[in-house]
Amino acid sequence: MTFTIPIDNGDSVKTAEADSQRTLYPYVTGTSIVAIKYKDGVLMASDMGGSYGSTLRYKNIERMKAIGKHSLLGASGEISDFQEILRYLDELVLNDNMWDDGNSLGPKEVHNYLTRVMYNRRNKFNPLWNTLVLGGVKNGESYLGMVSMIGVSFEDNHVATGFGNHLARPILRDEWRADLSFEDGVKLLEKCMRVLLYRDRSAINKLQIAKITEEGVTVSQPYSLKTFWEFKAFNNPTAGAEGSW
Amino acid sequence: MTKQHANWSPYDNNGGTCVAIAGSDYCVIAADTRMSTGYSILSRDYSKIHKLADKAVLSSSGFQADVKALQKVLKSRHLVYQHQHNKQMSCPAMAQLLSNTLYFKRFFPYYAFNVLGGLDEEGKGCVFTYDAVGSYEKVGYSAQGSGSTLIMPFLDNQLKSPSPLLLPAQDAITPLSEPEAVDLVKTVFASATERDIYTGDKLEIMILKADGIRTEVMELRKD
Repeated sequence: MTFTIPIDNGDSVKTAEADSQRTLYPYVTGTSIVAIKYKDGVLMASDMGGSYGSTLRYKNIERMKAIGKHSLLGASGEISDFQEILRYLDELVLNDNMWDDGNSLGPKEVHNYLTRVMYNRRNKFNPLWNTLVLGGVKNGESYLGMVSMIGVSFEDNHVATGFGNHLARPILRDEWRADLSFEDGVKLLEKCMRVLLYRDRSAINKLQIAKITEEGVTVSQPYSLKTFWEFKAFNNPTAGAEGSW
Repeated sequence: MTKQHANWSPYDNNGGTCVAIAGSDYCVIAADTRMSTGYSILSRDYSKIHKLADKAVLSSSGFQADVKALQKVLKSRHLVYQHQHNKQMSCPAMAQLLSNTLYFKRFFPYYAFNVLGGLDEEGKGCVFTYDAVGSYEKVGYSAQGSGSTLIMPFLDNQLKSPSPLLLPAQDAITPLSEPEAVDLVKTVFASATERDIYTGDKLEIMILKADGIRTEVMELRKD
């Protein structure tokens, strides 16, 4: 439902001028993130594209970043809002480190913090236009959760944002098992990313896979997937109906 | 320059159904575990039941982010209450607090459809049912959420609630035994799952009695 804004809440709502102070649409966007829990922790995959509407403007954007010692954050949606979230998290981790008490923020805490931030911005009608995936391991326990731009959050064994939710999630529901090995996990993620490559217009064939375990975060070098376009039916598509489009 | 309208909505409906039935010395609170958005399922295992106090359990469906925020507010107010009064909040007290909390956001509501279940000061089951802005009523049973329209008429039929117009006022608390009430809950959810696309996956049932809380889980259709 569309929501016309009748109320004066002091922050965002009255004039056209005030409108320039809050997010109305996203500009540079990242597409899906797909993530799964596996035997040693969490695996996350994303491509490196930043689209400006229908133009592929940026081809080297890292949409997954390590947060503190125990978490990995992946973001789809507006890239500048993701960068701002990273700044908030920098401050959070800094303050956590300054306590110098041997304790550090786990993935559950970071996920909760992000949920509150997203919800608060939604309350002020100035959302951070992202869907975030937060994965991590602390004290042997793996954690994987998601937050949307209006503050809806949940955790599960596998999550995917955007098109991934429609195309990758069914594959994961069918093929995910607990105790996946690293190799099997990567194969599963690559299967999902390949489907997204074929069917998501904003996906590009340059992806990274990130792994987080008790030892820490590793983000792979960018690489591309093998694709197959030589299906016979693609060769002469109008063979059955010459003259039609 | 014409005023821009938001092209996003601050609300979403994450679906799901909640039911509660009050008995003479027990209260049954149940909800499915499916969380959806549009035509997608986000999670098949998301609990909508939250224990607020020893004798008060809240079940809410609707917009999950608002439900979570509401639950946090109530939990924190309950903690303050415990510090100030050195005791847990009673179910009727929590009922009033929930109503006030909802009305506080009358002009930007919590999109949450609540059923509060528990035991009153005398140990009898009580159920309170709410709308999104805090209007509430003590009843013998209630259903809220996407499947409520399918479930409520059936509960009316099976639990034969006395008319609220009768004098002297009669309790709507069911004379059914606890196992019979639990069985009824399982039946209504199985039926609602058939026709409501937002209800399904798993059913979580919490049974509150004077000696504690018991939880049961039942599988529902996943389609």
